Amino acid sequence: MNQPLLVTASQKAGPRWTLAIGTTVLLVLLALPVLSLLPAGHSLQVSAYTLTLVGKILCYAIVALALDLVWGYAGLLSLGHGLFFALGGYAMGMYLMREASGDGLPAFMTFLSWSELPWYWAGTQHFAWALCLVVLAPGLLALVFGYFAFRSRIKGVYFSIMTQALTFAGMLLFFRNETGFGGNNGFTHFRSILGFEITAQSTRAVLFLLTVALLVASLYLGWRLARSKFGRVLTALRDAENRLMFCGYDPRGFKLFVWVLSAVLCGLAGALYVPQVGIINPSEMSPTNSIEAAVWVALGGRGTLIGPLLGAGLVNGMKSWFTVAFPEYWLFCLGALFILVTLYLPRGVVGLLNKRGEQ
Amino acid sequence: MRAIPLPPVHPEFMLEPILDAGSGRDAIGLGQRRGEGLEVRHGTLLTLEDINVSFDGFKALNNLNLYIGVGELRCIIGPNGAGKTTLMDVITGKTRPTSGKAWFGDTLDLTRMSEVQIAQAGIGRKFQKPTVFEALSVFENLELAQKADKSVLASLLARLSGEQRERIDEILQTIGLSASAQRPAGLLSHGQKQFLEIGMLLMQDPQLLLLDEPVAGMTDAETEFTAELFKSLAGKHSLMVVEHDMGFVGSIADHVTVLHQGSVLAEGSLEQVQADDRVIEVYLGR
Repeated sequence: MNQPLLVTASQKAGPRWTLAIGTTVLLVLLALPVLSLLPAGHSLQVSAYTLTLVGKILCYAIVALALDLVWGYAGLLSLGHGLFFALGGYAMGMYLMREASGDGLPAFMTFLSWSELPWYWAGTQHFAWALCLVVLAPGLLALVFGYFAFRSRIKGVYFSIMTQALTFAGMLLFFRNETGFGGNNGFTHFRSILGFEITAQSTRAVLFLLTVALLVASLYLGWRLARSKFGRVLTALRDAENRLMFCGYDPRGFKLFVWVLSAVLCGLAGALYVPQVGIINPSEMSPTNSIEAAVWVALGGRGTLIGPLLGAGLVNGMKSWFTVAFPEYWLFCLGALFILVTLYLPRGVVGLLNKRGEQ
Repeated sequence: MRAIPLPPVHPEFMLEPILDAGSGRDAIGLGQRRGEGLEVRHGTLLTLEDINVSFDGFKALNNLNLYIGVGELRCIIGPNGAGKTTLMDVITGKTRPTSGKAWFGDTLDLTRMSEVQIAQAGIGRKFQKPTVFEALSVFENLELAQKADKSVLASLLARLSGEQRERIDEILQTIGLSASAQRPAGLLSHGQKQFLEIGMLLMQDPQLLLLDEPVAGMTDAETEFTAELFKSLAGKHSLMVVEHDMGFVGSIADHVTVLHQGSVLAEGSLEQVQADDRVIEVYLGR
């Protein structure tokens, strides 16, 4: 009865259709890794390239969902979510580098003629600790940044600019060789994860399935949040923060919770991205990446849960086709897309679909 | 800055009609109502003494003294720039006074509390421009305003109890929006938004309601209805209404305060203050 309007709207647009399409997509995603295990040359075999590409897009879709939680619901436009994604990726990368180098130092450190690991690399040979770092690094950074930003009541475009500056600062820091994260080459040449060969089809299939699982879990979490009173408070916060304060809610806690949650989701997505793609370098923190994430969300539809997933899928699908067909025009196309969406599709693709459903 | 001569009334004198009203209400048990932990032994819910607020040298409030009794309905009038909205900002913690005392009940120092703490302590505020959560439905607007634990954790786990649902339905009836319960608040008319915001205040169940121009943009029938509503609320709650519409003020207020250049110019019944020479001078010019 009294769910958020968006949920009600999507129900009206045809719950059966939504469910049917959702199930089909999920089944296809589950079938892909299985098909990739078929012997090469089989007509149904899915290539490693396709599997990696789709896996990468799924990771991006999680980022889009995480960004939508803070932007679409709480109205905080972050232009720095790439930083949290990259931090999760780097945390996983540290483990993979240790696994690849065995008892010795990672290759890039030997190259810099360092004799021992910096202190923050301690324990990264353990997978469990690396997983903790995947959550802690982006989570703590988001907590500290969010605490001060929300305490000072920074919002709107100022908040966006600060997040952009944050990811830019992160990129510059990680570009330095002295920082101890491989400088501008980042981490690559991974060999194995938990003893399994990282390029083996079966390992890829498992990583892919984990990504699907994380995506489904994030979607469920987002759905529960959006349906809860917490979700309604976020929407209220986005539309009339003063009113909410005079109702007796302290906006800071609500913002901080969703902000940290979003950062952690990005970190997890980054941690699944790195072993699948096989490389992480500071360019993941470049401001354009984070802006691109905002384009996915805007294109798909802010404040809807399915929209950002659609947006991430569409834009990245186009990108991989475009960068092969007309590599030099991709950025122009992305820019044009953003302008068109802002002008003609303020509620994104999902808004368009809902409108047609209502007519 | 020239000191504005204060009207020759002492705080005690100013309180007199209120105490009368209070004792009258005590007789029928209305004056006894008080929130948990809020001490109102002296019958005064809000005490403002020698409040000064200056913005870059401009004195928005100048040695302002104001007392509001338990269950009282007080109207604040005054020409533009008299400091009415600043007064509300001071009470709700949005603006900190440069000096002066602001007490809620006998024990809560409003100058040391945040906006959120003040709201939780039981002061509700309606803005001049109706402010509701436009993307949420009317029902959800009231749900969010409802008096409850408003922490993050509680909001994550919150479920509406039958009792809370009934309370929301009751308020929907009171403000005449039962039929629009599931409509997005953004689609309501201006007057309906005003009522929704008043309804949200009622859901908060505050001790003191601050209403900034509640009937602005309302039709005559709506204004009349609002007057009835406010009169029925007085006694259960204390109300402080800032309003320009003298007809409306006359229909609700037993006690009127006139603000001028940041301090109290006159206080009393509407007839008394309307007969006051200085009030006439301020309103009609010299």
